[in-house]
Amino acid sequence: MTTRIACFGGIYNNYLALEAAIADAQRRGVDQMFCLGDLGAFGPHPDRVFPLLHQHDIQVVRGNYDDSIGRGLNDCQCGYADPRDNYFAQISYDYTLQNTASDNRAYLRTLPAEIRLEIEGRRLLLCHGSPRRTNEFLWKSTTSTSFLNWLADQHQADLILATHTGIHWGRELSNRRAFVNVGVLGRPANDGRKEVWYTIISIDLHSGISWQFVPLEYDFRRLSSEMTAQQLPPEFIETIQTGWWTTCLEILPAKERRKGRY
Amino acid sequence: MPAGVLPQVVPSHLDALWFQVTGLRCNLACHHCFVSCHPKNNTFGFLSLADVESRLEEAAALGVKEFYFTGGEPFLHPQIVPILIAALAYGPVTVLTNGTVLKADWLQQLRDAEEQGIYSLEFRVSIDGFSPETNDPIRGEGTFVRAMRGVQLLVEHHFLPIITAVRTWSDADEPHIVAEFMQALKEIGYARPRIKLLPTLQIGAEESRSCGYADHDRITPEMWAGFDATQLVCEHSRVVSDRGVHVCPILIESPDSLLGQTLAQSLAPFEVSHGACFTCYQFGSICANPSSASGKDR
Ligand code: SF4
Ligand code: SF4
Repeated sequence: MTTRIACFGGIYNNYLALEAAIADAQRRGVDQMFCLGDLGAFGPHPDRVFPLLHQHDIQVVRGNYDDSIGRGLNDCQCGYADPRDNYFAQISYDYTLQNTASDNRAYLRTLPAEIRLEIEGRRLLLCHGSPRRTNEFLWKSTTSTSFLNWLADQHQADLILATHTGIHWGRELSNRRAFVNVGVLGRPANDGRKEVWYTIISIDLHSGISWQFVPLEYDFRRLSSEMTAQQLPPEFIETIQTGWWTTCLEILPAKERRKGRY
Repeated sequence: MPAGVLPQVVPSHLDALWFQVTGLRCNLACHHCFVSCHPKNNTFGFLSLADVESRLEEAAALGVKEFYFTGGEPFLHPQIVPILIAALAYGPVTVLTNGTVLKADWLQQLRDAEEQGIYSLEFRVSIDGFSPETNDPIRGEGTFVRAMRGVQLLVEHHFLPIITAVRTWSDADEPHIVAEFMQALKEIGYARPRIKLLPTLQIGAEESRSCGYADHDRITPEMWAGFDATQLVCEHSRVVSDRGVHVCPILIESPDSLLGQTLAQSLAPFEVSHGACFTCYQFGSICANPSSASGKDR
């Protein structure tokens, strides 16, 4: 028997993509849906994300953004080191904090740092950045396989699922284990495509763990015009309309940076 | 040091392994170099390709995440290209260079190796000003032009070097200095320059220039209480020289930095009692790349 779960990464206020992802995952007949955290940032109308999660019984892992917004901290704890990256990060953070209702902030404070599941005898660990640190960036080109094997050993997991970086990737590990960064629904993956990405994980008693990255079309024009109406930076809107990142660039490692336009 | 618990760092894991690949041998002799590198420095020997390979294997077994190569100047090593290619098979690699001795043929081989593998190869090039007038008094006559030529060569080979500069100016001057610097890089064809500014470390050659650290520039038990030690390089890294494994690249010349012969032995607690530790305390993981910087996890 095969169990399939849909994993949504950072939503970044993109409730339109979340809505489309839920419909898409249901159409594909998944058994369960999860979100790996960072409900806020970047997009418009933070409060529109929460009812969708509740209606569809989506369990959520706490991201660094959720922790910050929940507790009303001064910044998003993304750990950017570059002044320009920080400037833009602060704009979306202040906007999201101002526009998240207090009951939603209370909900964010209830979220767990990780979710553990056992499916067909395989141990799954859902986290935000990495199992050891909520805001750790696990990029494909800067995360060694030996490190991932060590994480899987330490945290006794056969499959580790994370998000946080914004770009999806996966790797097979020793003993039929795996690591998958599920991508994000919040903005495109710096690949020049307007779609955003989520991941369907399949766990089969015999064939083991596999994953499929799903490009998702959604109403990006409507998102853009709502972002304009909310006076969010044109740089963010450009990303939504072109699929190229214009901010948070300094945290990208060489390989990931080279693939983008900026 | 007042009575109380001495500040000690217990490493959580070997995230980064550094290689002091050319010891402290450098073709330059910068005034602010935090280790006293110069052309005749023989304090340490070079690491051989075989040394590096066996450390890579040892580190992989411990779950290492990434590798850094430094010196001195790594590109003075006759085997540096095969060494970096060997490391790229195990994980992401960053090499710290002054950019003045790079050769097109080496860069082509490295570019091909990076392209074929899954991991990033990062170059970090040290430059200290946007003109010979500002850079050369610190790094030596003619070094600005040579380093910029090195950057250009890297860019021609589709690398995206991270330019690191030690802050030798006032905060007020910083925005225009950085802007002019970006402009200078764009003029040599580097369309999207990456820049990382470093704090000054007052040891090594730097010590004789600005008098080193005062005795009170130490981490005290009071400062230590509640401090997030994951910010420090020694909490998650070690460095290999031809003598063994040291606590961090910054203290490589201190006898007490040598922690053992194997990596496993070296992952022992270390008392952060040096003046340089005080700078680390203030500025965090100054040696890490932005992509692996660890923000505080509150
Ligand atoms: S700062 Fe770098 S380039 Fe200058 S002497 Fe030291 S190792 Fe060599
Ligand atoms: S100099 Fe910095 S990295 Fe080295 S031991 Fe001291 S605190 Fe740790």
